[in-house]
Amino acid sequence: MQIEETAIACKSPPLTIRDLTVAYHRKPVIWDIDLSIPEGKLVSIVGPNGAGKSTLIKACLDLIPRTSGEINIYGQSYKKMRNRVGYVPQRETVDWDFPVSALDVVAMGTYGKLGWFRRVSKRSKALSMEALERVGLADYAHRQISQLSGGQQQRTFLARALVQDADIYFMDEPFAAVDAATERAIVELLKELQKRGKTVLVVHHDLATVPQYFDWTVLLNMRVVAAGPTDEVFTQENLRRTYGGKLTLLTQAANEVVQSR
Amino acid sequence: MPELSDIWNVLILRDYNTRLVVICTILLGCACGLMGGFLLLRKRSLMGDTLSHATLPGVGLSFMLLVALGGDGKSLPILLAGAGITGVIGCAAVLFIREQTRIKDDAAMGIVLSVFFGAGVAILGVIQKMPEGSAAGLESFIYGKTASMVMSDFHILVFITVCVITCSLLLFKEFRLLCFDENFAAVLGWPVKFLDILLLTFITAVTVAGLQAVGLILIIAFLITPAAAARFWTNQLDRMLMLSALIGAASGWIGASLSAFFPRLPAGAVIVLVAALFFVLSMLIGTERGVMIRSLRQSQLEKRMGRQHLLRALYEIMEGGRVTEELNIRTVPFRQIRGRRTWSDRQLRDYIRRAYNEGLVEAPNKVDSILLTETGLVEAKQVTRNHRLWEMYLIEYADVATSRVDRDADMVEHILGDKMVTRLENKLQAYRIAGSLVPQSPHPIDPGD
Repeated sequence: MQIEETAIACKSPPLTIRDLTVAYHRKPVIWDIDLSIPEGKLVSIVGPNGAGKSTLIKACLDLIPRTSGEINIYGQSYKKMRNRVGYVPQRETVDWDFPVSALDVVAMGTYGKLGWFRRVSKRSKALSMEALERVGLADYAHRQISQLSGGQQQRTFLARALVQDADIYFMDEPFAAVDAATERAIVELLKELQKRGKTVLVVHHDLATVPQYFDWTVLLNMRVVAAGPTDEVFTQENLRRTYGGKLTLLTQAANEVVQSR
Repeated sequence: MPELSDIWNVLILRDYNTRLVVICTILLGCACGLMGGFLLLRKRSLMGDTLSHATLPGVGLSFMLLVALGGDGKSLPILLAGAGITGVIGCAAVLFIREQTRIKDDAAMGIVLSVFFGAGVAILGVIQKMPEGSAAGLESFIYGKTASMVMSDFHILVFITVCVITCSLLLFKEFRLLCFDENFAAVLGWPVKFLDILLLTFITAVTVAGLQAVGLILIIAFLITPAAAARFWTNQLDRMLMLSALIGAASGWIGASLSAFFPRLPAGAVIVLVAALFFVLSMLIGTERGVMIRSLRQSQLEKRMGRQHLLRALYEIMEGGRVTEELNIRTVPFRQIRGRRTWSDRQLRDYIRRAYNEGLVEAPNKVDSILLTETGLVEAKQVTRNHRLWEMYLIEYADVATSRVDRDADMVEHILGDKMVTRLENKLQAYRIAGSLVPQSPHPIDPGD
């Protein structure tokens, strides 16, 4: 029985969302979201400002209350599955003047498995150092975080998510305002995670790079306009339906994208 | 005026009567310093202020209750418990207003703080009119009066402060995570609300414990000032908290001792003034973020930039727009260098003088022309090379308009270390002109005449 249940849990997709509605101050931000993300995909969540991209991620992580609907991670509630979930929040959500080093921040990723009162172990520190190495920041481990550049700060957050050692990752605009070196580092990291069978959801704002970086795409504007393999759903028609009148500026970019494929 | 030896006797706690008070304030300072650090980093300083002002009605009400029950109303534990209760109600009121209405934090705190304090003052007024009770002791909660402490108070305060210090040390990791990134803490499964309440409870405990010594108006300064002072010295939270506790303890010690001598000086005010002194000193000479170290760093940066600008200007003028392997050193007219950048005569002469002291240029005996030394040439070549590599990197990778690159590159180049430059060099191998160390400038160089 026990074994059977585990087997079912393993087969469940990493993320399924049914009838999700989230409202702030009685105004719905996202409504009636139905979504099922298959295992091992790099998924971009794309949509205009205010489309509810961050809200969707935060709802998945139980950070904001949902008005209705159900979210399952590997077939179960977030509470039960949280040790399989990694999170990279938007960079601006924290105070980078905080008196901690890059290594301290990365080590926070291990706090989930540490109990109350327990101090950060040598092993956690070694793991954190390893993660910093993977994002190319080993030399900056002991820098205070305000002394890092924007891209390096972003990579610190990524390293923190890596030490969480999760199976599904939620990343909120990791590519926002980063330098080219960081962008490439993130892309490499994403590919590596995919190779190891992880599922990654990324809120993304740069339409031009969507087909290049992601094999799955969710087009979001309060509701899901389209979701599926990028080749199929990332069409000019769908983009127009997602961005509406705001696409005038974007049409050109989209054209280029479609042509480049 | 007391003798020096008397002062010494108090400071080393030889005098039994002051020993209680001083030990108490030292412990209190320690606890305040620790909790203040977290309060500051959680950006809840004003919440602490609201909390302390909201304790006053609690003090008054529990006094009335004690009198009504037939006591004399002087039981410190009951008074402090009352203070804690209304303090927490005040904080809850702020949270309620913030959650339920569109009124912002600061306004909500302003309203709650003054209403609760006003209510407290009114209650004290009523007590004064009561025939049974003398409200004499109660004003000391507003401004603080260490001299009114007795042995039983001492036990209570030591208990509270030691508890708070121990708990906050045990919960260091949890509080650090909460203060830095509460959403991430929640994602990891830490009970963020509970931790927040725990933190607020400890703050309430030290606030209430400090009421008698420092008074409710000034306790917030005792919480925040040592922590803010400590921040100037270090970028590490554990060190910052240790230092903050130390500064709090020292302020308590010195302040309480001083007020033991001059009974007219209210202890709370003296303690806070001593803490403020620590703050001002830290702000000026703090080794990590102090005003002096910052301006020193700034001027060092300016000098380094000036030196590099001078060398690059000389090199580019001598180059004359052509890329050559070997450059012959020749004199460059001052006027021509002056024309290359927006720098004043005085600035430029200052840079030249420094370059001369470093042996990079020949003695500028003739004011009108400058001649690089051999060392200067090597250095200038290096500086120019670094600059161009970086400049190209920006053009290649960062989508910066060509016309804007020059200025940006000037800024960033001096911030980058040698290591990064080497990395850039490898990346930009393709752009190098074969056989030359110096890649060509990606934009036409203004000869500067």
